[in-house]
Amino acid sequence: MVAMPAPDTSVLSRREAIVAALRAIVPGEGVIANDVAMRPYESDGLTAYRQLPMVVVLPETTAQVSKVLSYCYENGVKVVPRGAGTSLSGGALPLADGVLLGLGKFNKVLEIDYANRAVVAQPGVTNLGITRAVEGKGFYYAPDPSSQIACTIGGNVAENSGGVHCLKYGLTTNNVLGVEMVLMTGEVVRFGGKHLDAEGYDFLSLIIGSEGLLGVVTEVTVRILKKPETARALLVGFPTSEAAGDCVAKIIGAGIIPGGMEMMDRPAIHAAEAFVKAGYPLDVEALLIVELDGPEAEVDHLIDRVSSIANECGSSTLRISNNEEERLRFWAGRKAAFPAVGRISPDYYCMDGTIPRAKLPLVLSRMRELSEKYGLLVANVFHAGDGNLHPLILYDANKEGELKRAEDFGNDILRLCVEVGGVLTGEHGVGVEKRDLMPTMFTKTDLDQQLRVKCAFDDKGLLNPGKVFPELHRCAEMGRMHVHGGKTAFPDLPRF
Amino acid sequence: MQDILNPRDANDVAEAIASAAAGGRRLELIGRGSKRELGRAAQADATLDLSVISGITLYEPEELVLSARAATPIAEIEKALEEKKQELAFEPMDYGPLLSKAPGTGTIGGAISAGLSGPRRIKAGAARDFMLGVSAVSGRGEIFKAGGRVVKNVTGYDLPRLLAGSWGTLAALTDVTLKVLPRAEDRATVLVFGLSDVRANEAMSAAMGSSCEVSAAAHLPRVSADRVPELNAPGKAVTALRLEGISQSVAYRKGKLEELLRPFGDLGSLDAVESRALWKNIRDVTPFAGRSGRAVWKISTTPSFAPVIAAGIHAASGADYFYDWAGGLLWLEMPGDKPEEDAVRAGLAGRGHATLIRASAAARASADVFEPLDPVRAAISQRLKASFDPKGVLNPGRIYADS
Repeated sequence: MVAMPAPDTSVLSRREAIVAALRAIVPGEGVIANDVAMRPYESDGLTAYRQLPMVVVLPETTAQVSKVLSYCYENGVKVVPRGAGTSLSGGALPLADGVLLGLGKFNKVLEIDYANRAVVAQPGVTNLGITRAVEGKGFYYAPDPSSQIACTIGGNVAENSGGVHCLKYGLTTNNVLGVEMVLMTGEVVRFGGKHLDAEGYDFLSLIIGSEGLLGVVTEVTVRILKKPETARALLVGFPTSEAAGDCVAKIIGAGIIPGGMEMMDRPAIHAAEAFVKAGYPLDVEALLIVELDGPEAEVDHLIDRVSSIANECGSSTLRISNNEEERLRFWAGRKAAFPAVGRISPDYYCMDGTIPRAKLPLVLSRMRELSEKYGLLVANVFHAGDGNLHPLILYDANKEGELKRAEDFGNDILRLCVEVGGVLTGEHGVGVEKRDLMPTMFTKTDLDQQLRVKCAFDDKGLLNPGKVFPELHRCAEMGRMHVHGGKTAFPDLPRF
Repeated sequence: MQDILNPRDANDVAEAIASAAAGGRRLELIGRGSKRELGRAAQADATLDLSVISGITLYEPEELVLSARAATPIAEIEKALEEKKQELAFEPMDYGPLLSKAPGTGTIGGAISAGLSGPRRIKAGAARDFMLGVSAVSGRGEIFKAGGRVVKNVTGYDLPRLLAGSWGTLAALTDVTLKVLPRAEDRATVLVFGLSDVRANEAMSAAMGSSCEVSAAAHLPRVSADRVPELNAPGKAVTALRLEGISQSVAYRKGKLEELLRPFGDLGSLDAVESRALWKNIRDVTPFAGRSGRAVWKISTTPSFAPVIAAGIHAASGADYFYDWAGGLLWLEMPGDKPEEDAVRAGLAGRGHATLIRASAAARASADVFEPLDPVRAAISQRLKASFDPKGVLNPGRIYADS
């Protein structure tokens, strides 16, 4: 388990005064201070970690957010922002001495602008809620994380959420045009808008994926796209994961960018099939779902090309969806893969590394070795198009030591991802979960530069501390420059 | 004459910057200097010439990834990609023609630092959207890396994207890793003749809001259209919409798009070869090329505001203009060498941002080349700059006069 910073007793001793001050800013039920009512906020999607906050605050306006943050800044109180709490990395895990700032009441779509293909929404609107608001006119919001029914657009901004269509349509960062944000000081600032490429430094890039460490987003402008005319999928089984991986490389090498390309390994296929009866072949080692979308003429042509590539790569089964119902059935197993694995194991631990696609066979075989070493089963679902791997480690939390073993297994998998040229997290975020693994990917210099950026936004380190970065330093200390004296200027450089 | 430092590798760069920081000296960063007359001039004591830090270090077409040292010429990268039928999908513009310099001399680091992107910006994204990873030297003289070589990565802050468009004021890029994409097999352009700006804006909005997957949309009023040979429609405004993809798909979508646009006006079309030439001209703003002595502005705005903004600035200054990015990008050429900043900013009225692209050194030193920021954003920009470059070593004054 990753340790959180020790609570500040001087803050805890002022709890009553802090709660009273917050009640003066957010009236009525917007401030929750009793343990029973705060219980729902004690964890997010990473349920192995639980902590009651000092107080929960549920503001309704940007002005309230600004006043809450300004108060907390003046009084040295930590703040943890929270959307729907679907984070799988503990990004919204409360702090015992901190305010849990829930944005759930910011739940309105503020403007739909079809002429400029943009939607302005409050951060508590769900991801799917944006698509629902515009689908009547044939539009949609492209990033579709599997939690899209519950997760909020504000949370998507915090985590730079992806989904199954990233390769072709991008992540949150490629689809957000602007945000309104409140800084820890209470200052309200806007970056971007409905226009492209915000002026000055690209703060949007920094804020998206910053896991609630830089500011509290209170409004989001996203671009919407017209739905593709049609979509069809292929369901292709392979006798080995190598053959499936080869097929993925060949499809992309042929210049085809599928709308979605997902892979499942044998344990995941069996679990999904037992759960939803999608008609998946059970005698294959790897199953590939390839979805092509666009105009009908294009989709039909590409289906043929992908089919012949799959045959060349030695596919053992191949089905092509002939109607929408069939396409959705192909997807049903994949979309239900997590709960399907949940059915065959009391608990599972969902990992989220990304690897260069070509390393997949190597990573899968090393993972099998690790599985034996730890005595825990693992099922794999893989966003094959973009290299994002979701190993699901099966364990039983009620068995002594299994959670610890699952975590150790998971950490080994992530180290393996980094070792083969990949990264610790593709879309779930570092949060608490992967915080202490950051040094496997970054040097101290790399991390210090990131921490200095954090200091530019939050000089007192009050916003979501204990997440993402393994060590906390005072900003003044970070800013110091250690100059090595005695050197002449540019001694070794050739000059002209 | 100012000192020129020629580092051979990232370690040299780090050493040069560290000693500059220690000695209170300020550095101008250049690759091959193709954008030196763009933006504000850096107020520096020495020039850090990064041009030797060049070469493609990794290219895996099936992984859609390419790494290169920062001063690798774009032309070299495009050639390598072309051999594998791939491309830089953000279609980086070449400022050579507009700035009366040799074409095709830019580097990948320069394109990223200036945040260049071309007509395909509206579909594929900007330079920053293709940044996967970076290795760079901060103003502290420290080599750091961020990001990685995979598309999906949320490990730590997205510094690679932040560094795109930062004009070398935060760090000196030494290595970049980019996402590359397959090049479209075929392309075509649908033209609509004689539309007013407002009507053209509606036509582009309709096209972008259709499922035709338009990859570029521009409107050239008569004066600009007359200067683009491929349009071949003397005396008429032309609205152009590009379709790219496999041939079957392009043909099908062209039919659909023509049907959609027929109510707007007379239609024409360009084949794949003509389309390539047309969009290169639009990308490189050739309607305003070879006309030095006339200031050029670039405005990014909400597409539907663009005709009002253009009309306002035209009325106040007599500027010529044309639209790219379905109206979201407005290129303006002033009648003379005066930037007429007041007319431009008054016409824009905060509905986006304006950048002075071509002007004399004196004009660029006295005008706000980039959109001025409100006090909160200005303060946080300064803090961000200080977090990378506390002593103000790197390209001081390049974006804003006071940082």
